[in-house]
Amino acid sequence: MSFDLSLILDALPKMLMGIGLTFQLLILSGFLGLVLAILVMLMRISGTWWLSWPAQAYIYVLRGTPILVQIFIVYYGFPQLEFIRESFLWPVFRDPFGCAVVALTLNTAAYVSEILRGGVLGVDRGVLEAGEALGLSKSQRFIYLTTPIATRLALPAYGNDIISLLKSTALASTITLMEMTGIARTIVAQTYAPYEIFVSLAIVYMILTFLIQKLLARIERFLGRYTIRES
Amino acid sequence: MTNAQPLIQMKSVGKHFGDFQALKDINLSVSKGERIVVCGPSGSGKSTMIRCINRLERHDEGQIFIGEIELTDDLKDLNAVRREVGMVFQSFNLFPHMTIVKNLMLAQRLVRKTSKQEAHEVAMHYLERAKIPEQANKYPIQLSGGQQQRVAIARALCMKPEVMLFDEPTSALDPEMIHEVLDVMVDLAKDGMTMICVTHEMGFARSVADRVIFMDGGEILEQAPPEEFFGNPQRARTKLFLSQILQH
Repeated sequence: MSFDLSLILDALPKMLMGIGLTFQLLILSGFLGLVLAILVMLMRISGTWWLSWPAQAYIYVLRGTPILVQIFIVYYGFPQLEFIRESFLWPVFRDPFGCAVVALTLNTAAYVSEILRGGVLGVDRGVLEAGEALGLSKSQRFIYLTTPIATRLALPAYGNDIISLLKSTALASTITLMEMTGIARTIVAQTYAPYEIFVSLAIVYMILTFLIQKLLARIERFLGRYTIRES
Repeated sequence: MTNAQPLIQMKSVGKHFGDFQALKDINLSVSKGERIVVCGPSGSGKSTMIRCINRLERHDEGQIFIGEIELTDDLKDLNAVRREVGMVFQSFNLFPHMTIVKNLMLAQRLVRKTSKQEAHEVAMHYLERAKIPEQANKYPIQLSGGQQQRVAIARALCMKPEVMLFDEPTSALDPEMIHEVLDVMVDLAKDGMTMICVTHEMGFARSVADRVIFMDGGEILEQAPPEEFFGNPQRARTKLFLSQILQH
């Protein structure tokens, strides 16, 4: 089997046309997922059962089912429901992009909420007690002590999830979205050259992952500046 | 002590952790300016007792008064009480993500609502008294244990508390760092600060304390001025404890 370089040179620019959509999916569902994750995590640790139980159920369901199935349920399933067709959310669910963002957001939020909870639990109790002894209120302790320390602790695991989310965006191609993987599949269908096309696609994802890793390392260095002994 | 109103008063205070009785019928009255050293074997309830004074632990029997305010569950502004009671912990508990000077400014800004400039001045003042102003812009991890504990003392003092609680402040320190922390505490005592110190530094107790309290099994077994406490302990349990910690 030969490796046809000209095919790649031909396909690469076409696939890169989809990079914008890949980024839109990544950034939008990454951001919305983080917001939702913070909410779910706060519910989970609230110590109030009617907040904590729904959060735990949510996490269980979304982690317990394949993300591809979740995308299909949102894209094929939700439009079957009349109250969704009649709600103000219909424009979101009518659109495959909207469905992909919703499914990716719901999925990543479940994982990230547990990552954030790990960070919160990792904050030294003594530090919080010191804040308490100084008269800081519960919310002040959460904002000024727990949040910054937990963020630092959660960051490595959170970075993992962002990279995983990048690759999950490829699943959006299964519901007609022409992001990079979607375009690659079309090209393969036309050229019958899956080997060259998918290998070059894989390399593009690796390059993106590398860039995200670099960015995360930089943020980690910044947030972790207080953990380095020498000044 | 002739002061009419004791600063801290504990009346028949008890505390349970599940089935374990951590405190039993504690009666203690501390007047303004008094310096108390609390000692006793581990698990004797010393830490629990002082942690009840700023309500890091809730007592479940008896009454505790700080000034005229009783510590209860319906106390509206517990934080108003807490800012009058400074506390220093065995493990320093500095805020690791903040520089030293920011550690000293945070509660002033949030709880005392002090202006940024004034909070900074107060912070530098107490860092100088703790003899570490040059460390102001470092992070806690960059300081030695002794330095960190001096910062922790300065941080508590920034709130201008009425009383300072010390929970084994030198127990986590290397021997050569203990004296630098004790020096700061002795200075504080000379300035008339009301202090309750849980410590096994008997030299400190002898030279600074007005009263030494011995606890075991959650009870106060004996309390006396240091000469009497060390020279003529009444209880067999106290004698045994003293012989064990003073024999080296």
